[in-house]
Amino acid sequence: MPVIEVTNLHKRYGDLVAVADVSFTVEAGEIFGVLGPNGAGKTTTVECAAGLRVPDGGGVSVLGLDPRRDAAQLRQRVGVQLQESQLPDQLRVSEALELYASFYRDPADPADLIDRLGLGDKRNTAYKKLSGGQKQRLSIALALVGNPSVAILDELTTGLDPQSRRDTWALIEQIRHSGVTIVLVTHFMEEAERLCDRVAVIDRGRVVALDSPAGLVSTVLPEQRVRFRPSAPVDDRLFTDLPEVTAVQRTGSQVVVTGTGDVLHAVTSVLARTQIIVADLRLEQSTLDDAFVELTGHRPAE
Amino acid sequence: MHAFGQILKIETRLFLRDFGSPLTTVALPLALLLVFGLIPAGRQPEAQFGDLSFIQYFAPSLLVITLAMSAVNILPTVLATYRERGVLRRLATTPASPAALLAAQLVLSLATILVSAVLLIGVGRLAFDVPLPRRPLGFTLALVLGTAALLALGLLVAAVARTAKSAQALAVPLFMAVMFFGGVYVPRFLLPDFLVRIGDYTPPGVQALLDAWTGTSPHPLHLGIMAVVAVAAGATAAKLFRWE
Repeated sequence: MPVIEVTNLHKRYGDLVAVADVSFTVEAGEIFGVLGPNGAGKTTTVECAAGLRVPDGGGVSVLGLDPRRDAAQLRQRVGVQLQESQLPDQLRVSEALELYASFYRDPADPADLIDRLGLGDKRNTAYKKLSGGQKQRLSIALALVGNPSVAILDELTTGLDPQSRRDTWALIEQIRHSGVTIVLVTHFMEEAERLCDRVAVIDRGRVVALDSPAGLVSTVLPEQRVRFRPSAPVDDRLFTDLPEVTAVQRTGSQVVVTGTGDVLHAVTSVLARTQIIVADLRLEQSTLDDAFVELTGHRPAE
Repeated sequence: MHAFGQILKIETRLFLRDFGSPLTTVALPLALLLVFGLIPAGRQPEAQFGDLSFIQYFAPSLLVITLAMSAVNILPTVLATYRERGVLRRLATTPASPAALLAAQLVLSLATILVSAVLLIGVGRLAFDVPLPRRPLGFTLALVLGTAALLALGLLVAAVARTAKSAQALAVPLFMAVMFFGGVYVPRFLLPDFLVRIGDYTPPGVQALLDAWTGTSPHPLHLGIMAVVAVAAGATAAKLFRWE
């Protein structure tokens, strides 16, 4: 049974349609990414799943529960880290975790969680004095302190420096290993590519793609380029005869073979058969970033 | 209930940790009482105060400082800040309700006001022979209704203001009006009569507190106005208040 089931979700604010028609399911134990340009309806979608907003149409079921009707039960089992949500300046790390732990029936040990999230030497530090990365880790800790089955994390690493971002990613992988299903809202394609098992790309309130990051790239932009420098002159036809190959170009001593499917294997087989040694062999694939632009016509915001 | 207790404990700690809050709500009125009380002339009955000493006449205004600070300054600023920073929204995702945080803030305001009232009355009595409120029931009623009216106005500010900054912008003029008409900036005997009359009906109703403290029953109309303000502002605040 899926952990989260969103069916034809529709939500508007006055005349503005925030979510037109969104459907997806999230399976137990996966990291599911919700991607999309700003204003695409990502946050509204997960807010409906978290029970913070009432959908105008369609259905949401989380752990088999209705986020509105079974709100009390669900809040015990779903941890949420919201976009741009802060804490009082003078609140200390350990106080925040102990306070939030007191809300749950079966909380994690706050001291243990503080250590796991690398905030051990900051337990008595006031929120105001934490760095951006530390604030973010505390925020994740608060979403996890209730020992949730599902964690919804919105714009996890926005505003973090590259090192803190990588540290946070490692943390998310560690949380998944502990068995928590994670829904990750992000507009960083690198983040989605690195962490997510599957992603839904939402644009203008609709799901425009739903696949694994690699699957999505190979569907949207199937072309790959194999680039190399041959040791001896080669004839273009050697490659153009291959069914996987769509084009061959030369720049200086470099040969660039463009194709789809297992084009790398096809090219290297031919080279081996003809006993041509190559230097600087590189495979260039499209990234999720490229696929995102192709799908939505937007540059992912940085 | 457990969550509410924990929230109250943490909010109390934050209140005490923010040095300015206990200082302005409790320490400042008490310090002023001590300063005026230590001036010998402040303890002599004067005809212009209706045969009361100056500190006796001024004590209710000192209580107004606590009431104004706590109810129309600190309360709306804290609530608007919590909403602006998403503290209330985050609580809404947990099994605890943001309403528990609102309730904790109200309890904290009431406790501050109670502590300050007890200190002003107690220290006044022990150190400067200011009599205890002569109409304890009337005084309690005037204090409760005055507090309710100001807290309701504070909540109304918190409901209307979208950010901490706009809460301040609304709270400061209100706070200054309450302080002025409560006779804090200029003792009321120096004000023209019509300003004194306005002050009688301005929350928290300093005249009703003075009357009950020094001997006569508070005027029913003074109390009635406080009740009306409390209900009207409270109902409007409840209608307009948003958690995010």
